[in-house]
Amino acid sequence: MNTTTQIPENMELVYQYPDSMTKTYTHYCPGCVHGIVHRLVGEVLDELDLREKSIGVAPVGCSVLIYNYFNVDFVEAAHGRAPAMATGLKRTNPDKFIFTYQGDGDLAAIGTAEIIHAANRGELISTVFINNAIYGMTGGQMAPTTLPGMKTTSSPGGRDCKIAGYPIKMSEILAQTEGAAYITREAGTDIRSIRKLKKAIKRAFLTQIEGLGFSCVEVLANCPTNWNMDPWESMLWSKEQMTPYFPLGTYKMREEVKALKV
Amino acid sequence: MTKELLKGNVAFAEAAVRNGLQAYFGYPITPQSEALEHFSGRMIELDRVFLQAESEVAAINMVYGAASSGVRVMTSTSGPGLALMAEGLSYIAGSEIPVVVVNMMRGGPGLGNIQPSQADYNFMTKSAGHGNFHPLVLAPANIQEIIDMVGLAFELAEKYRTLVMIAGDGSIGQMMEAAELPPMQEISTARPAWAVTGAVGRAPNLITSLYLGAEKLEKVNIRLQQKLATIEENEIRWQEYETEDAELLLVAYGTVGRICISVLRAARQQGLKVGLLRPQTLWPFPTARINELAAQMQGVLVAEMSAGQMLVDVEHAVAGKTPVRFYGRMGGVIPMSAEILEAVKQVQEEVS
Repeated sequence: MNTTTQIPENMELVYQYPDSMTKTYTHYCPGCVHGIVHRLVGEVLDELDLREKSIGVAPVGCSVLIYNYFNVDFVEAAHGRAPAMATGLKRTNPDKFIFTYQGDGDLAAIGTAEIIHAANRGELISTVFINNAIYGMTGGQMAPTTLPGMKTTSSPGGRDCKIAGYPIKMSEILAQTEGAAYITREAGTDIRSIRKLKKAIKRAFLTQIEGLGFSCVEVLANCPTNWNMDPWESMLWSKEQMTPYFPLGTYKMREEVKALKV
Repeated sequence: MTKELLKGNVAFAEAAVRNGLQAYFGYPITPQSEALEHFSGRMIELDRVFLQAESEVAAINMVYGAASSGVRVMTSTSGPGLALMAEGLSYIAGSEIPVVVVNMMRGGPGLGNIQPSQADYNFMTKSAGHGNFHPLVLAPANIQEIIDMVGLAFELAEKYRTLVMIAGDGSIGQMMEAAELPPMQEISTARPAWAVTGAVGRAPNLITSLYLGAEKLEKVNIRLQQKLATIEENEIRWQEYETEDAELLLVAYGTVGRICISVLRAARQQGLKVGLLRPQTLWPFPTARINELAAQMQGVLVAEMSAGQMLVDVEHAVAGKTPVRFYGRMGGVIPMSAEILEAVKQVQEEVS
């Protein structure tokens, strides 16, 4: 943790920026879960002393500028290709900590092949996957994870699964791959879930450090702007509408991963 | 060192290994799969990185990732695979990282066939992806030359932090010839200052092609164009054959360039004063030299295994100084030297 801050004698330090993060404002919309998840990633990087070992892989989507918020080396991938870039990085830098941070359009549509094969190879990388059921950055189009009947700018009458297919369940799919060591779906929309989410991110990162295989933490998130809701309403909607279709839980956890002290 | 009988694909792969290649990522495609097969054995044997990707899309992005950390890395493919790599090639160019890609051209369009072709000339020299960029393109005409060009490709890629392509064709990949491989070079453990290696004792490094402000991105584009201009100033390579007294100039590269050496000999035997210019870099192109030679020529004949792609660059170079004619075969057909000789005679007749 940051040791440079001067704390007055009569006060106790209770909260500060993680060393792994930069002291800046983010570009995210008010109430967006990205900020929370960034913070958790930063805290875990600090706690595991990974800052100087880390190379992050940024996606295309709302978190395309994630490298502005982390005090670590970063590369900016093409849409969906973060797991391939991470593979190239990890194979040539096995002593480094490589993580990708991807949204649902990036990971579950255009980059489906890359994530499945990275998982199946047991690539020693960790992925944080933000699922908010919509394309945020491009203005609210239908995502591969958009719920049935959900209205978006490209499904104005609501997602018709007969035309557009069904919301894809990535954690369930990734868990099928032999190379995956730890696959879990968490939520970032209430305090209890957020605490659990942090532990999951830590377990995922430790999975890589211990060389146990591929790890991915899916986070059910929100998009107040493109869902046309206020932040509070969007948190509730995520919990009430997304969770039934995308059940929370650990979809794969190898015994060695279970044994990790988190 | 002594010469060995080597197949083109194996030759360039082994040359890369000996030039200190640290990682290879690729996807099998005819007519270059022997290269990937060779890497699969040699790289693992030497405890280096080899990975067969799930697609060319993944392969080039693995290359992009590895190259971002400053290691010597490459891939190889053929037309349909190169099309899939176009995305990554553009990002690599935009990020200004050194990467080497070998393209063993085959007949197109579409799935086409697996016979030799030169139909990716425009694809490689004019763009190779979206946005303002183009790679430096080397064109070998024999096995020794592709071996030597592998070392040169790494040198140029790293010198200019740019994308370098080697434009072979199916016959360069598949033919066997006696050639000499370079000695085994040590792998470099040094990483350039710009590379992502973990932010230890320095501010974080970022490898990106994203510049949101229009003026900022324009500046990047201007810098890239200036770099290309420097490359154009310094790196044009070609070979000339009997141009001193020539009255008719043949321009051809790669396999066709090689065939044209036979055409030249046959033409000379028949008393025709033919010379040959064989570009070894397709970009940058020997424009000035062709323009200079055009002044002494009664005509120029461009021969290609395409519909006439380099032809446009030659016409531009000649700039109307003398008539330019074209002989091409397509779809994987390799022109016979007799056919090209016939075309030479026709040009001769037309201009005399």
